[in-house]
Amino acid sequence: MSPSLIVILVASCVAAACALIGSFLVLRQMALLGDAISHAVLPGIVLAFLFTGERAPLPMILGAGSLGVLTVFLVEAFHRTQRLKEDASIGVVFPALFSIGVVLISRYAGQVDLDLDCVLYGEIAYAPLDLLYFQGNSIGPKALWVNGVVLLANILFVIVLYKELKLTTFDAGLAAALGFSPIVLHYALMSMVSITVVGAFESVGAILVVAMLIVPPATAYLLTDKLSTLLGLAVGFGVLSAVLGYWLAYLWDASIAGAMATVSGALFTLVFLLSPSYGLLARWLRQLHLGRNLSDQLLLLHLHGDDEPQSTDQLARRFSWRARRVETVVDRLEQREWIRRVADGIVITPSGELAIEKGGVGPLRHRPASQ
Amino acid sequence: MFDLSFTARTVLLGATLLGIVGGALGSFALLRRQSLLGDALAHAALPGVCLGFYLTGSKNPLPLFLGALIAGIVGALCILVIVRNSRLKQDTAIGIVLSVFFGAGIVLLTHIQKLPLGNQSGLDKFLFGQAATLLPRDVMIMAILGGVVLLLVLVFFKELRVLTFDPEFGASLGFPMRGLEVFLTVLLVTVVVVGLQTVGVVLIVATLITPAAAARQWTDRLGIMVLLAAAIGGFSGATGALISAGWARLPTGPVIVLVASAILLVSLLFAPQRGMLWASLRERALAARIRRENLLKDLYRWGENAGGTWSEPVTTALVMGFRGHTRQQLTRVARRLDRKGLLSWTDDGITLRQEGLEQAERIVRRHRLWELFLTRRLELAEDHVHRDAEEMEHALTEETEARLDALLGYPTVDPHGRPIPRSISGSDPQRGVA
Repeated sequence: MSPSLIVILVASCVAAACALIGSFLVLRQMALLGDAISHAVLPGIVLAFLFTGERAPLPMILGAGSLGVLTVFLVEAFHRTQRLKEDASIGVVFPALFSIGVVLISRYAGQVDLDLDCVLYGEIAYAPLDLLYFQGNSIGPKALWVNGVVLLANILFVIVLYKELKLTTFDAGLAAALGFSPIVLHYALMSMVSITVVGAFESVGAILVVAMLIVPPATAYLLTDKLSTLLGLAVGFGVLSAVLGYWLAYLWDASIAGAMATVSGALFTLVFLLSPSYGLLARWLRQLHLGRNLSDQLLLLHLHGDDEPQSTDQLARRFSWRARRVETVVDRLEQREWIRRVADGIVITPSGELAIEKGGVGPLRHRPASQ
Repeated sequence: MFDLSFTARTVLLGATLLGIVGGALGSFALLRRQSLLGDALAHAALPGVCLGFYLTGSKNPLPLFLGALIAGIVGALCILVIVRNSRLKQDTAIGIVLSVFFGAGIVLLTHIQKLPLGNQSGLDKFLFGQAATLLPRDVMIMAILGGVVLLLVLVFFKELRVLTFDPEFGASLGFPMRGLEVFLTVLLVTVVVVGLQTVGVVLIVATLITPAAAARQWTDRLGIMVLLAAAIGGFSGATGALISAGWARLPTGPVIVLVASAILLVSLLFAPQRGMLWASLRERALAARIRRENLLKDLYRWGENAGGTWSEPVTTALVMGFRGHTRQQLTRVARRLDRKGLLSWTDDGITLRQEGLEQAERIVRRHRLWELFLTRRLELAEDHVHRDAEEMEHALTEETEARLDALLGYPTVDPHGRPIPRSISGSDPQRGVA
């Protein structure tokens, strides 16, 4: 395999795994817990490193994974004391854990082969060089193995617990009533997040894991209401960010992980603006359409049942509209032959009367507002 | 340790300054439940710093500060736009802005580092902060910005208080709430920018939130909380700077955060009123009182069943059997009652003394009055009221008891037909409570 293919594959595995598990974080409004975990695993990684003296994947995943679960537990413990709100608990727990990690790295700099900058934005470019050995033989890049396994674990997790995850995410009360335990599932989910974060940590670093966890699912959430579609789209956006990100980093000679996050942000912006269902543009058009319809209805209702023509001045005064607005509305209605211009003003036509009696002038067909 | 080098003194000054300003501003963020906004603003500032350097080609702090300020404000605006115009919630919006801006910043940073500009090293110090690189001129800028921020907080304190606690009320009074929100965000961004070089992007959130969270435990008044948070922040900054100056290879930023976290833990445990230690002590004292009262009550009912005489001692084994106590458990409860003269415990067993009998009567009276109230007034079934009364007998006050007695017409028997004791002491029907 060529080095760039390996990097792209690793990045895609990371992105897909993060997107799968991150979708549930976004839906459950726990996005920032993912952020907290991604920082707080640092001391776990360092400790695993200090104890084993090498970068063995398994101790690292165990050490850091348990730190991730500890983070969730601590945040909830602080929150439960009722002395700190949830956001504040997150805000005090993860910097403290992250600080411990940084202090450990600085104190044992000689023994820990971890670069502080890599902690933040990873070193995916070196992925092809760091090989995994089995019985003395190289069996391929370590990052690919680790993240491939993590991705598989995530896929299995989502497939096996799909129904449970769906139920606890959208109706925790019902789930509890049916005998599922939301708490057990919550911790299972958080464990998966921790494992995913640790796997991705070395490749893309603490903060860009957050981008991969949150941004592609958020993008997908703006396009669909169906969970299975959302998961598929999220993975798609994640992988697309990985591939385009690699290409962008190559062009600019910059950090691959940073470029992946940037591309995911650009994709989000695009969807945020253009999504047919929840996009800004669609929203704006809908509002425009509604506004027009309202004006049409108002004017037609006013003319309804009145044989006397009304001048545009009269109409403008009646609705306190500007003359230009009256003109546009009149033009639009005239085009549909619901009104007619006569010598001294405007009158409603028989088809206009009919439209009013049928209960509406314009096709009020629009998608219901999203919220 | 007090023989500080010039650099160490500069760092000390900068860290203390940052702590004071961060704590003061963090109080508002904490109370407005925007703790993580500061985190997002810090990350969002990174591309601004890089652009500032990229455009001017120098590490002159002013353009870097300016770049960070603008990027931070743009980031805050993005969060606002996303939350206002989509189905995404605040947490997701914060996560998006935080990670994407940071990613863009990293792209710029790595790009710049590979440019043949020279002089670009050190930009990455903004990631973790490196207080040791603080120059007097940096601290000067920090002092000016921080001073302006504190002054503005002082001048607009009333407005910020309204914004924090009741923005709707503020709007109805004619305060420009939207403007104040933007104003507070700009102040926050300024603090973040002040702290970038000292503690770095990742840990700034702790200089804002942790001292404020600690201060919150000690007081319910905003003014005091802001002052206290500033003091705690300043202390953490100073201590952190001193510790990291005293030991080799201890980075300043993380040490400051750990000092502040330790203060938070102490506050959570020991602050008067809200401290968890006191709360748990109060709880234990209450549980002990309930155990004592239950013992008195059990002894009373034993005598009642024995024909209304309490002069015979009840054997220790029997008393242990009342609630399945071990001897050790019983000793814990009974010894204190013995010392207070409420009962006497000899080898023959336990006897209620006069004062103990009176107390026991009062508890039983409350129990039975409450049972009567539940059956008569709330029309609960007779067999459903005992457990509720078991709790209320320890909670009712004398005044409530008197009212209850009057309300029920000074009854003499409870729903199960047992007498309501009032022979020795207790409310006198003649006296009445109206």
